[in-house]
Amino acid sequence: MSQPQPRLRAAFSLGVATLLVVGLAASQWLLGDSPQQMQFDARLAPPSVEHWLGTDALGRELWARTLAGLALSFWVGCLAALLSTLIALSLAALATLSARLDALVSLLIDTLLSVPHLILLMLIAFALGGGTQAVIIAVAVTHWPSLARVLRAELWQLRQAPYVRISRALGKSRWFVLHGHLLPHLLPHCLVGALLLFPHAILHEAALTFLGFGLSPSQPAIGVLLADAMRYLSGGYWWLGVFPGLGLLLMVLGFERLSSQLRRAL
Amino acid sequence: MLNAHRLGFRFSPDTPILEDISLTLKAGQWLGLSGDSGAGKSTLGKLLAGYLMPQTGYVTLEGAALPKNGVQPVQWLPQSPELAVNPRWRVAKILREAWTPSDAQCQAFGVKPKWLSRFPQSLSGGELQRVCVLRALAPEVRFLVADEISTMLDPITQLELWQALKQEAQLRQLGVLVISHDTALLERLCPQRLHLSGGQLKPY
Repeated sequence: MSQPQPRLRAAFSLGVATLLVVGLAASQWLLGDSPQQMQFDARLAPPSVEHWLGTDALGRELWARTLAGLALSFWVGCLAALLSTLIALSLAALATLSARLDALVSLLIDTLLSVPHLILLMLIAFALGGGTQAVIIAVAVTHWPSLARVLRAELWQLRQAPYVRISRALGKSRWFVLHGHLLPHLLPHCLVGALLLFPHAILHEAALTFLGFGLSPSQPAIGVLLADAMRYLSGGYWWLGVFPGLGLLLMVLGFERLSSQLRRAL
Repeated sequence: MLNAHRLGFRFSPDTPILEDISLTLKAGQWLGLSGDSGAGKSTLGKLLAGYLMPQTGYVTLEGAALPKNGVQPVQWLPQSPELAVNPRWRVAKILREAWTPSDAQCQAFGVKPKWLSRFPQSLSGGELQRVCVLRALAPEVRFLVADEISTMLDPITQLELWQALKQEAQLRQLGVLVISHDTALLERLCPQRLHLSGGQLKPY
C-alpha cells in the first residue's frame, strides 16, 4: 500500500478551495441584486423547483442570499485573517529586539488570551459602531495572540541558531538578521497560521452579526440570515436556517481541511 | 592581544564548568586547547568570542572590552558547518555575508566557483566548513577561535585547510586558538598548548 501523500492532498484541497473562491466571486457578478429582490407572491416558499432553497419572509431567494452571504463572509474572513497575521508577525518580531519588549509582548498575549473572546469581540465591534469595517477590525484585533505566541517561540529558537549568532558577529544589524535570516523561515508558519485563523474569523463574524453587533441587517451576511431564521424557526420554516448554516459549515470545514493539510505538507 | 582575565562560568549553580581561567593570545600566535568531552573547551571558546558572557572575570582585546556592534575582531568557528549557515541561502550569499573574498583566497581555501550557485544542503560538511572558515576571515578580524573545525574532514582536506589558514594567519598576523581532541594535530599546528580539565587550564 502506498503512503498517503500530504503534498498531493494539500494540492487537491488548494484546488477545491480556489474553485470555491472563484465560484463565490463569479456568483457575486452573476447574481447582481437578486439577493435583495422581493417577491411578495412567494413569501416563505419551501424549497421547490422554482425556489431552489426556498424564500424568506419577504420572498427573497434563499440560494442567492446564501451565496451572497458566503462571499461577504469570505472577504471579511480574509481581511481579518490577513490583518491578524500581520499583527502577530510584527509583535513577534518586536519581541525579539529586546528582553523588555519581549516581556511586554508576552504580557499582551497573555492578557488577550485570558479575556473571553466573544465578549471582547462584541465590545470592540460595538465601540467601533458596527458594520463591516468594525467586524474586520474586531476579529483581527482579538485573533492574533495564539499565532503571535507560536511565531515568538519560533523566532526565539531561531535566534539561538549558530548562523544567526554568526551573522551578528559578522557585523550584521538586528534589522538585517530579522529580514535576512528570521522572517523567511517564518513565512510558511504565517501562511498556515492565517489559513487556520480564516475559518475562525468567519465563524466569529457570523456570531457577531447573529448577536446584532456586526454587519447591518440590510446586508445579506450569513449571520443576518441565521438571526432572521431564528424568528421563523418555531413556524416550521426550517430552510431559512438550515441552508445558510450548511453553507457556512461547508466553507469553514473546507478551509480548516486545507490549512491542516498545508501544515502537514509544508 | 586577546586577554581572558579570571573567567568563571557555570550553566547550573552547583556545577562550575570553568573556574578562574586566565589566558593570553597574542597576534600571530597559534595556541592549542585540548581537553576531554565536556571539559568546557567550547564554552571557553565562546566566552573568548563574546558568544557567552562570563559570570566572573572579563575578556579584553587590547585592554578594552569586546565591541558590541560591527564585525567582531574575534570570530568563532563552530564544529558543525551545517548549523552555521542559513539553509535558505545560496553559497555565494553565505560566503559574502560580511566581505567578498578574492578569487585567490577562494582558491587557497579550495572554495570552488561552481559551489557558489548551490544551496548548502548540496555541499559536503568539509566543503561547507571551508566556506565557513573563509567567510569568517573578514578584514576586521584579528583572532579566530577554531572549535574542532577539521574533525569531519579527510586528512588531505584537513591539511589543505590548515595550510591555507596558516598562510592567511601569517600574512595578517591573526591569533588562532585551536580547540581539538586530536593531540597530534595540536602538536603539529601550535607551539603552545594548554589542557583543560576540572575547570582549570594546565600547560600541556
